[in-house]
Amino acid sequence: MIPTRPGVMPLASPLAAIRSHRAVAWIGIALFAVALAVLPFVLAGHFGTAWVRITNLAILYCFLALGLNIVVGFAVLLDLGYIAFYGVGAYVYALLASPHFGLHLPFWVILPIGALVACVFGVLLGTPTLKLRGDYLAIVTLGFGEIVRIFLNNLSRPFNLTNGAQGITLIDPFRIDGYNFGRVHAVGTLTFTTPINYYYFLLVVLIAVVALNLRLQNSRIGRAWEAIREDEIAARAMGINTRNMKLLAFAMGASFGGIAGGMFSAMQGFISPESFVLVESIMVLSMVVLGGMGNVFGVIVGALLLSFVPEVLRYNVGPVQIAVFGRTLIDPEVIRMLLFGLALVLMMLFRPAGILPSAVRKREFETRPAQGPAPGS
Amino acid sequence: MLLDAQGITKRFGGVLALDDVTFSIRTGEIYGLIGPNGAGKTSLFNVLTGIYPADGGHFVFNGKPLSGLKPNDVAARGIARTFQNIRLFGNLSALENVMIGRHVRTRAGVFGAIVRDRRTRDEERAIEKRAYELLAFVGVHRRANDLAKHLAYGDQRRLEIARALATDPRLLALDEPAAGMNATETSGLRTLLERIRGDGTTVLLIEHDMKLVMTICDRVLVLDYGRKIAEGAAADVQKDEKVIAAYLGTNVELDLKRA
Repeated sequence: MIPTRPGVMPLASPLAAIRSHRAVAWIGIALFAVALAVLPFVLAGHFGTAWVRITNLAILYCFLALGLNIVVGFAVLLDLGYIAFYGVGAYVYALLASPHFGLHLPFWVILPIGALVACVFGVLLGTPTLKLRGDYLAIVTLGFGEIVRIFLNNLSRPFNLTNGAQGITLIDPFRIDGYNFGRVHAVGTLTFTTPINYYYFLLVVLIAVVALNLRLQNSRIGRAWEAIREDEIAARAMGINTRNMKLLAFAMGASFGGIAGGMFSAMQGFISPESFVLVESIMVLSMVVLGGMGNVFGVIVGALLLSFVPEVLRYNVGPVQIAVFGRTLIDPEVIRMLLFGLALVLMMLFRPAGILPSAVRKREFETRPAQGPAPGS
Repeated sequence: MLLDAQGITKRFGGVLALDDVTFSIRTGEIYGLIGPNGAGKTSLFNVLTGIYPADGGHFVFNGKPLSGLKPNDVAARGIARTFQNIRLFGNLSALENVMIGRHVRTRAGVFGAIVRDRRTRDEERAIEKRAYELLAFVGVHRRANDLAKHLAYGDQRRLEIARALATDPRLLALDEPAAGMNATETSGLRTLLERIRGDGTTVLLIEHDMKLVMTICDRVLVLDYGRKIAEGAAADVQKDEKVIAAYLGTNVELDLKRA
């Protein structure tokens, strides 16, 4: 109850206010859902199928950002080699659903296997390294990412596991009950092209993953990660097994990467070690930091921004320069990188906690330099 | 005997922080640990709770040895501690701090977190309820949703005690809980410690506030330069010449008689 001074009427109908807010919220959600549902067709119709593909890749980056958010945002373990788990998941799918070994398992069998294998790699990485602090952990994870990429690039001899630099082709698309995601389907007046098929699948999985992350954050495990982040010594003194909790963060983050990798494989139909290079790890980390470490919706915003904005720039920087200056002054690719770097620098100067900072992260940034307890009682 | 310590020795490089320290704590008592600064009191805490391994000697707690245990295992065994420099989770609320204290006595894992089955939901409710109870017990419940770093100093000290109590300890080890407190706050702390003892929890207390130590501790251990120089009832230790010489000084006896 909202306390009021005697003689003052409380809010006439607080309950009605809440109810109407709820109604507004539900209408908003419904509208948003409709927008998401028709988005691929709008994009395909007005801008071309390429944009649906770009959207799908953006959603995949959302998965990666959410997975890395568990490691970097919840547990605050700096990981510069995260893309290795993406690669592991992608190759697991490719090896189990392509002519390479002649295996063609269904996707709903392979994706969990991919998650599990990536999880094992996460534990493999975490177990010897968790005693390291900050910078050292970062470098070791970077090394791990590179090691995985180099293995993928070279495991074609003596036994051809990954087909080396040539990569694996003709990867099976998803199939549910005869509906082949890799084929074009006409439903009524709508044409479901391959990217559109995958879009809906990715969207559903994204919603599930977001719900999962929110639940994880708001649980006994999530609190343990927060405790470790705040003061590891005190967390240990309170009975939290910090080593296992950190391993858990690594393992969970890795599993998300593995699942995303599997979907990437099927969507592309072709993978090679070139997709899993260091700059990709750094890109995902930038999405997490830019969007707001620790905030589930923040990292999604970060991922969408850093996926879409470069593409939008790529298509527009040339024409805009021609319209304004009459010719292309600076190569669009160069401008992209320039603007990207500039954006990151500005963010770090003016809003280091990210676009949508997590509540706790925001408080941490507000209190530099370190403060003592509030004066008085 | 709840805790038996035999010959505890700890070196930090060339510094002998603890030298063959032997003592024992009885169940249900409030046991004081005093000594000049640098005597080794906090080092003893750190060795007891597993932050550093002892270089010699061993602890037996509740009949079982404590050697080689990590701090989180020591907490699971039933020893909880507070810190000389207050180590709260500053950016989390007071309630969340105490809820985290319940971690070691609860079980929900990843599966429970994601699926939120009946058992997990019940456990979460129980955690929150117990956390509120403990906040009320120490008198900080009105600030339950305030961030720990925003609490007044005295409230922070008491919050840290609540968080330690949340682990359901058999032995509560407090490192200078009255530091920085005025007479009123210290009196409130004394009442709190008596209630904790009344609930059956044994307390190990490092303190410099001699009045508090002498009035509330059943027995006292005195360290000086890492060595034990006296152990016994508070009144007896007060009169021990070695203790007076090393620490209390000749006038304190008179001050305490007047107090």
